[in-house]
Amino acid sequence: MRHAPAICLAAAGLALASAGTVRAVDTTQMPTPELQARYEGLTHELRCVQCQDEALADSPAGVAADLRREVREMLLAGKSDDDVRSFMLARYGDFVLFRPRFVLKNVWLWAAPEVLLVVGALVAWRVVRKRARLVSADTEPLPDDGSN
Amino acid sequence: MINRFLIPVVAFVLLVVVLAIGIKHSPEKGIIASPLIGKPAPQFSLPSLADPAHAVSSAALRGRWYLLNVWGSWCGTCRDEHQMLLEVRRSGRVRLIGLDWRDDDGQARGYLQQLGDPYEFVAVDHDGRTAIDWGVYAAPESFLVSPAGIVVYKCMGELTPDIWQKQILPRLGQAQAAGS
Repeated sequence: MRHAPAICLAAAGLALASAGTVRAVDTTQMPTPELQARYEGLTHELRCVQCQDEALADSPAGVAADLRREVREMLLAGKSDDDVRSFMLARYGDFVLFRPRFVLKNVWLWAAPEVLLVVGALVAWRVVRKRARLVSADTEPLPDDGSN
Repeated sequence: MINRFLIPVVAFVLLVVVLAIGIKHSPEKGIIASPLIGKPAPQFSLPSLADPAHAVSSAALRGRWYLLNVWGSWCGTCRDEHQMLLEVRRSGRVRLIGLDWRDDDGQARGYLQQLGDPYEFVAVDHDGRTAIDWGVYAAPESFLVSPAGIVVYKCMGELTPDIWQKQILPRLGQAQAAGS
């Protein structure tokens, strides 16, 4: 009985490990490590168009398998990563890119964090300055009460 | 006092507006706007479902309006819109072309035999390459293409009588008036 927790842990570990194996949707092997790295990079930054919050690499949908095949074939044909991105962009629009392009209509996506940071900093600066003024006003010598 | 509350109130109103727009558009979350609208329709040359030895090509479609309907015998919603497709065929207002996507030829033919065949012809896209060129991601999808070969409208999902009346017929209107 004293071993029960250890056995439970081992079973849980085993279950997790096998779940990991089952989850590997894409088993594509590219001929060189460089191509493999580029393939994995692209299939993780392209979005599956059918199951929309998954990356291409993680989706079991048929259309995702077709799109992974396009990525593989384009890389094998010597196309650049940008060629693959513009191929997808021309067909599925900005939606397929998990990393949005830096173009006019996406500018607010890129600029919003910086703008909010600057606004926040300005507000903080004003508040701090106001407080500082209050404090300094408070420590000013009391008006002459005529004692000296 | 006005000054003190003005900025937070304005910020709050702006936030409400932004969130309201987001909520209003939330049903469209799953719909990917097609970058193909206003662009030339992708070309294809594929085996015909009726006779796989015979190729059907998009080049034959120039000069008249056509509706390219992407379907598959495995697709449930396609079954739902089939009655509407038969009506489109009966209306004679637009050429109806099928793109049988990632399907088995035998099952596709059986499906059309059972439900009726609304298509002028069906092109067979086994490996999904033509569908990718058209930016297809879930059947059914229907593309309205002008006589000049420009994609003018895409219907994502079931083609309903409402969409036919409000989106497709008005776009055909001009051509119909000119033709008659």
